[in-house]
Parts: sequence; C-alpha cells; structure tokens
Amino acid sequence: MNAVTVKNLNVWFGAGADRSFAVRDVNFDVANGESFGLVGESGSGKSTILRAIAGLVPTWSGEMTVAGETLGPKRSKSFYSKVQMVFQDPYASLHPRQTVDRVLSEAMSLHGVQNVDTRIAQLLDDVGLGTGFRFRYPHQLSGGQRQRVAIARSLACGPSILLLDEPTSALDVSVQAEILNLLVDLRREHKLTYIMVSHDLGVVGHLCERIGVMKEGRFEEVLTVEDMRRSKAESPYTRHLLESSINSIR
Amino acid sequence: MTDAPLLDVENLWVKFRTRSGVFDAVRGISFTLGKERLGIVGESGSGKSMTGRAVLRLIRPPGFIEADRLDVHGEDILSLPEKRMRKLRGGRVSMIMQDPKFSLNPVMTVGQQLVEALRAHENVSRSQARQRALEVLDEVAIRDPKRVIDLYPHEVSGGMGQRIMIAMMLLPNPEILIADEPTSALDVSVQLQVLDIVDKLVRDRGMGLMFISHDLNLVAKFCDRIIIMYAGRIVETCKASELRNAQHPYTLGLLNSVPDLEHPRDHLEVLKRDPAWREAPSVSARQ
Ligand SMILES: Nc1ncnc2c1ncn2[C@@H]1O[C@H](COP(=O)(O)OP(=O)(O)O)[C@@H](O)[C@H]1O
Ligand SMILES: Nc1ncnc2c1ncn2[C@@H]1O[C@H](COP(=O)(O)OP(=O)(O)O)[C@@H](O)[C@H]1O
Ligand SMILES: [Mg+2]
Ligand SMILES: [Mg+2]
Repeated sequence: MNAVTVKNLNVWFGAGADRSFAVRDVNFDVANGESFGLVGESGSGKSTILRAIAGLVPTWSGEMTVAGETLGPKRSKSFYSKVQMVFQDPYASLHPRQTVDRVLSEAMSLHGVQNVDTRIAQLLDDVGLGTGFRFRYPHQLSGGQRQRVAIARSLACGPSILLLDEPTSALDVSVQAEILNLLVDLRREHKLTYIMVSHDLGVVGHLCERIGVMKEGRFEEVLTVEDMRRSKAESPYTRHLLESSINSIR
Repeated sequence: MTDAPLLDVENLWVKFRTRSGVFDAVRGISFTLGKERLGIVGESGSGKSMTGRAVLRLIRPPGFIEADRLDVHGEDILSLPEKRMRKLRGGRVSMIMQDPKFSLNPVMTVGQQLVEALRAHENVSRSQARQRALEVLDEVAIRDPKRVIDLYPHEVSGGMGQRIMIAMMLLPNPEILIADEPTSALDVSVQLQVLDIVDKLVRDRGMGLMFISHDLNLVAKFCDRIIIMYAGRIVETCKASELRNAQHPYTLGLLNSVPDLEHPRDHLEVLKRDPAWREAPSVSARQ
C-alpha cells in the first residue's frame, strides 16, 4: 500500500489577479517504508508540496491520500500522530525558553502518549543524545544537537511518515553526516516513510530511493536514484543539475 | 616591495573579551598570499571569517587583533591609521560576502552603486565611471548590462546579485580579493557559474584570491593551495592537487563525511574529535 498518493496537485498563493501558482499538476506516490526525494532550485516549489501535505497551506486543489486518510482542507488530530514535519533551521524551530524535556513532553501530551517519562529517555537515546541533555535549553545545544531534538520531537507521537525539509542544509558537513546516519537508522528501526526536500543531490542520493525533480512548480521527471547514478536521467534539466553537483566535487 | 607577497601574516590572533574571560577565535596563525588562489576551509566556528576580516582590520570591539606581522604588499597595516585603512578596503583589498541581499543597497540602482564604489577610490567623472561599470558588468557575464545597470537589487536574481557584487568589488582593480563563502546562498547550478567567473577574473588580472568556504571539495576545485583550520589554528596545509594525500584525520573526516552520489555508502564517516587537535601548534602556511 502507498503511504502517500498525490494526484494533480496545484498550490497557489494570492487571490484574483495576484494569484500565482507555486506547484503545478504534480503527481507522485510513495510506498510504505520508501524514501522519496524532492530536488530542484530554490523557489521551484519543493517546500510548498510538503507544507500542503502537512496542512500549512490551505490553497490547493487535487487529491492527496496520506497514511490512509483522504485529505480535505483541514487536518485531523490523528493525522499529526501519523505525519510529522522537520524543518531546515534547528535554531528557529525550538522555543528558546523551553527545555528539551518540556519540548518533548508537550509533543507527547498533545497526542495522549502514556509513560511520558520513560518515553523521553527512550527518545533521547534514539536520537543519540542521551538523558544528559534532558534539561538543557536550546542555547546550550549545538546546531546538530538541536536538529536531533527537533527529530526527537517529530518522533514523540510515533508517526509513520516524516516530511523532512532540508533537515541538514544549515549544518556543517561533519554534523550533516551524523544526522543523515541517524535518519537512515531511524527509518530502518521504526519502519518510517520519508519525503525529503534537498537542493543537494548527494544528500538525496544517500537517503532516498526515488526522486522527483522540480522546476518552476512542475515535475520535470521522477526517477530512481539508481538511474540518476547511472546518468540515465531523461530530462536535460536533470542532467544539468547532475553535472553541476558532480562537477562541484571533482 | 615588488618581491613581497601580496599578503604576509605572522602569528595572527583574534581575541574577544567576554564575561567569562578572553576567547581566542584565531590562535596564532601564519600564512602568505601571492598571486594565487588560496582556500581557507574548516567547520563553522573554526575562525575562517575572523581571519578574512582581520586582514582588513574589520574586527569590531569587544574583539581585537594581535600579530607579529600583518603586511599588505610589503606595507605594515597593523599600525596604519584608520583613515588610510578605509582607503585600502574596497581599493587594494576587496571582500565579497556571502549574501548579496545584505551587501547591496536596496534603494540605489545597480549603476548608482557601481559608480559610487568606483568614485570612492578613483578620481573619474560620472560618465567615465558609468562606462567602466558597463564594462565590468559585461566581465562578470551579465548578458544585458545596459538594462541591468538601471535595475534595483530586488529586481535581480540571487545569482545575478552576487555577480553584481563581484563586479563592484573588482571595479577599483584590487590586488587582493577576499571571498567569504561567496556562493553558499546560491543554488548549485548557479554556484559553479559564479565561481568560474571569479576564477577567470583572478587569473586574467593576476590577483591574489583568499577563498573562504566550509566546502573542502569546492575549494579544492577552485584553488591552488589550501589551508585547513580547526579551533582557530591551521592543522594542515597543502597544494590543492595533493589534497588526496592529506594526513590529518580532521581533513580526512571533512572529505569523507560528504555523501557522494556516485559512491553510495550505508553510513557516512563522522568526525571523532581528538582533544589533541586543538592543542597541536598551528602549522605555518607561509611560503
Ligand atoms: N507564503 C507564501 N506566499 C507567497 N508566495 C509563496 C509563499 N511561500 C512560497 N511562495 C512562493 O512559492 C514558490 C515556491 O516556493 P518554495 O516551495 O518555498 O520553493 P523551494 O522550497 O523549492 O525553494 C516561490 O516562488 C515562493 O516565492
Ligand atoms: N563577538 C564575539 N564574541 C565572542 N566570540 C565570537 C564573537 N564573534 C565570533 N566569535 C567566535 O569566533 C569563532 C570564529 O568565528 P568565525 O571566524 O566566524 O568562524 P567561521 O567563519 O570559521 O565559521 C567562533 O567560535 C565564534 O563563536
Ligand atoms: Mg524550501
Ligand atoms: Mg564564516
């Protein structure tokens, strides 16, 4: 069964003559346990797709079925216990006056999770922080540690789908490697499904099996990472992206 | 004076007075810059930007600089009066910052800014300056300079904004160009294009380039020589062509933690920081 099915998705901002489309006629599906990547230049509509799924943009049309629910204008509470989002900036996404403990316990009480105490210890362990970090404030954490807390928070209610919006682009390469390893392990252990946005083909190639290449709100093509690796991209645009990113490391 | 390197730095420290004592952001580094492309790499907080800013004496209180030597083309700039320093900045030594949005003035057209930048350093008429501006826009591969020169910064894309910045920095013919993460805010496809332009200009004009970046692969591609910084010190330095023979575990960690599309691995290498890295004396990168 598919974890995510998106059909003829259009997303727009503004009304009347000011209306502009950020996403145009997008179709894709993601199998249970699969990791699907969205790549493309900035402004191409990647984040908007995730935000539309997460219920953060009300102005869309098309059909979306996520974790067995057909989505309407509003998301149910149970939706957020199955689908969670992780954002790019670990500095902006945590409340500066809340300890890690408070961040995690609030995320759990929102979804009626039992045994909060043991769960927090478990979560901190899962994301490689350990309970020593439990009563720290965000300013007492490094960028990588904050992103681990944000990931722990997204896992607090036991979701099956994570929407990851450039989760490592604000981090150093060495810290990025730690977070990517963590995401690989968590997906395996918790049988998670990912949709991950990144502008970095190396990162997407590391974590995903298939990718959708976006340009100006549309899908240029959907291809497997294996095909991408073997330079079997069909669209000239995808080939251009591939060349730039391979060139930049040669 | 002609034999002197463009930049000669010996035992440079950048310190900050904080509530908990003095924090050493740069700890006694030494390097030279000739007519070459010198890369400065390291993770965030390693002291790269402070090194670049120190060369222009742009460290603001509570920060301050100490050094045994800080020479620009044979001239000691440690003791230079601030007024002369201002003339040097953007004149003989130019700096490109990461984000054009913060560096370009939003209420002036591209042309007005270029003309002003040039007239601040050279005694030229407005119409001469405008002519030079059109030429330099062409040099940074802007297709329609006559149209672009009358646009405001918000009317150009990020990649074009960064090329305009570069044009502005190049106008007074600097000897040294310091580029601090010049393309980190740009898309990969635009990044290479912008760097190719910088690269060509540096070669054609025989400038010295200090290219500061967290991206070791990118630096290796665009530089002749590389300095690798950790905790305010230089832990290793090498020719870019010999990066693959690098020895320091930190350098190797930076190289191997990058996911490579063509060589997939289940797990990426992560840095295991050794306290000894921080204590080891800084390696000299003077030539
Ligand atoms: N809240 C918003 N209001 C108006 N336009 C928006 C809004 N959010 C995004 N957009 C526009 O939608 C387009 C796609 O943006 P986005 O999905 O953020 O791109 P990406 O994530 O690929 O960089 C852009 O042109 C952007 O300016
Ligand atoms: N005003 C300041 N007070 C104290 N420390 C500072 C200040 N500004 C920068 N630093 C410290 O100086 C160090 C080097 O910073 P920087 O040169 O910007 O690093 P990089 O450019 O390599 O990321 C960092 O540890 C940073 O926290
Ligand atoms: Mg985005
Ligand atoms: Mg910096």
